[in-house]
Amino acid sequence: MKLMLEQMPIVIQSLNVGFLQTLKLFAVTLLGAVPLGLVIAFGSMSRFRPLGYVTKIIVWIIRGTPLMIQLLIIYYFPGLVLGKPIWGGGETGRFLAASFSFIFNYACYFSEIYRGGIQSVPVGQEEAGLVLGMTRSQIFFKVTLLQMIKRIVPPMSNEIITLVKDTSLARIIALQEIIWAGQAFMKGSQGISGAIWPMFFTAVYYLIFSGILTVLLGRLEKKLDYFR
Amino acid sequence: MAILEVEHICKSFERTEVLKDISFSLEEGQVLSIIGSSGSGKTTLLRCLNFLERPDSGVIRVCQETLFDSNNPASMQESEIRKKRLHFGLVFQSFNLFPQYTALENVMLAKELLAKEQADYKSRKKEIHEEIRILAEELLSQMGLADRMNNYPHQLSGGQCQRVAIARALALKPDILCFDEPTSALDPELTGEVLRVMKELAEQKTTMIIVTHEMAFARDVASHVIFMDDGYILEQGTPKQVFEHSHEERTKQFLSRFTQG
Repeated sequence: MKLMLEQMPIVIQSLNVGFLQTLKLFAVTLLGAVPLGLVIAFGSMSRFRPLGYVTKIIVWIIRGTPLMIQLLIIYYFPGLVLGKPIWGGGETGRFLAASFSFIFNYACYFSEIYRGGIQSVPVGQEEAGLVLGMTRSQIFFKVTLLQMIKRIVPPMSNEIITLVKDTSLARIIALQEIIWAGQAFMKGSQGISGAIWPMFFTAVYYLIFSGILTVLLGRLEKKLDYFR
Repeated sequence: MAILEVEHICKSFERTEVLKDISFSLEEGQVLSIIGSSGSGKTTLLRCLNFLERPDSGVIRVCQETLFDSNNPASMQESEIRKKRLHFGLVFQSFNLFPQYTALENVMLAKELLAKEQADYKSRKKEIHEEIRILAEELLSQMGLADRMNNYPHQLSGGQCQRVAIARALALKPDILCFDEPTSALDPELTGEVLRVMKELAEQKTTMIIVTHEMAFARDVASHVIFMDDGYILEQGTPKQVFEHSHEERTKQFLSRFTQG
């Protein structure tokens, strides 16, 4: 116990650095996947059939295979199979590859949520807008969008909380996020080795962060409660 | 002079012919009621007039201007259609108010978006906004909703919602205001308040086309009645002609429940 207290500052310091990387991956994924998901959603709803089919197949592949495998393929395939290591070495390369995989993976999940949200807005809303001489983009931004957002907040909250924990999968390509940082003390790092408790300790970080997000997303949901 | 002329409109969905050679005209300030059983094509006709459906053939003219001509593809361009729609207003059976806006905002929204296309919008922004707000408030007061302007649709009764929808349509000053079974989603009490408002509009010489199952209303308020059956106009004329001296057996049969009751 005494030893643990002595090691604590070193461990916390190291976990903080790892958690920062976790946060970065989380933020980049959200920033990329939220808009990309909308593009994919429009693709899969396209009236141009081939585009619709291609998008649906992509979404099926991405949702139908583990994110961990996708990470491995995206990071290692170009270098090991094609002989072109596009991501470059080092932490930057790993972060780029991880961001790419996460954004693409989450955009596909988001696109399905968006599609449900868009299709759940009654067609009468669009017709009312058309009859009032509004353009299609005015109808989307002024009428449909907020109703769609209201409907997708609960399922999106769910995905976002899942994303917090999914970032740990980036450990598989040795991205130095918080799990990697915790694990380092098992193998031996900064004079500490064989310590498993830092690993357990990472859970607290996830728990607090997802707690904060739950509160924030809950507030957003409440805010949109003023209409039905 | 006729404000609206409809000639030989036909419309099919897949293999079902919904409208078969529909022709009629309407004078300014008149009220046209379209009656008939469900599935007779009444709603589709209204949707064609509002460009929510595209007729397969025929001509639609408003104030001598050809809005739609199946022989002239140029009359069917999307950008053109948006402007043409403004000749018509449409009040839906299910209101279709925008839930995230108050009653007042519902009435103002489209008008404000259109105002942005005006050349002097930037310099007179505040003034224009104020004008639109005053117009919207007047319309809502006229609908008896002065104390409900800042309520959201879910806080209003069905009858109140429908009156907001009427105000919303009137805000754009359409040449012809169309109603698609405006009271079918309402209970008898709420139906009364909506019909009262529509009657007032008729008295103010608003040109209206009303698809309705309210036979008494059609008989008392309309200046012209069309009876539709199976995609055809089976009979048309003054309410007296259609309700009391109908020639067609089908019309008599349809009206029998009403005239006896």
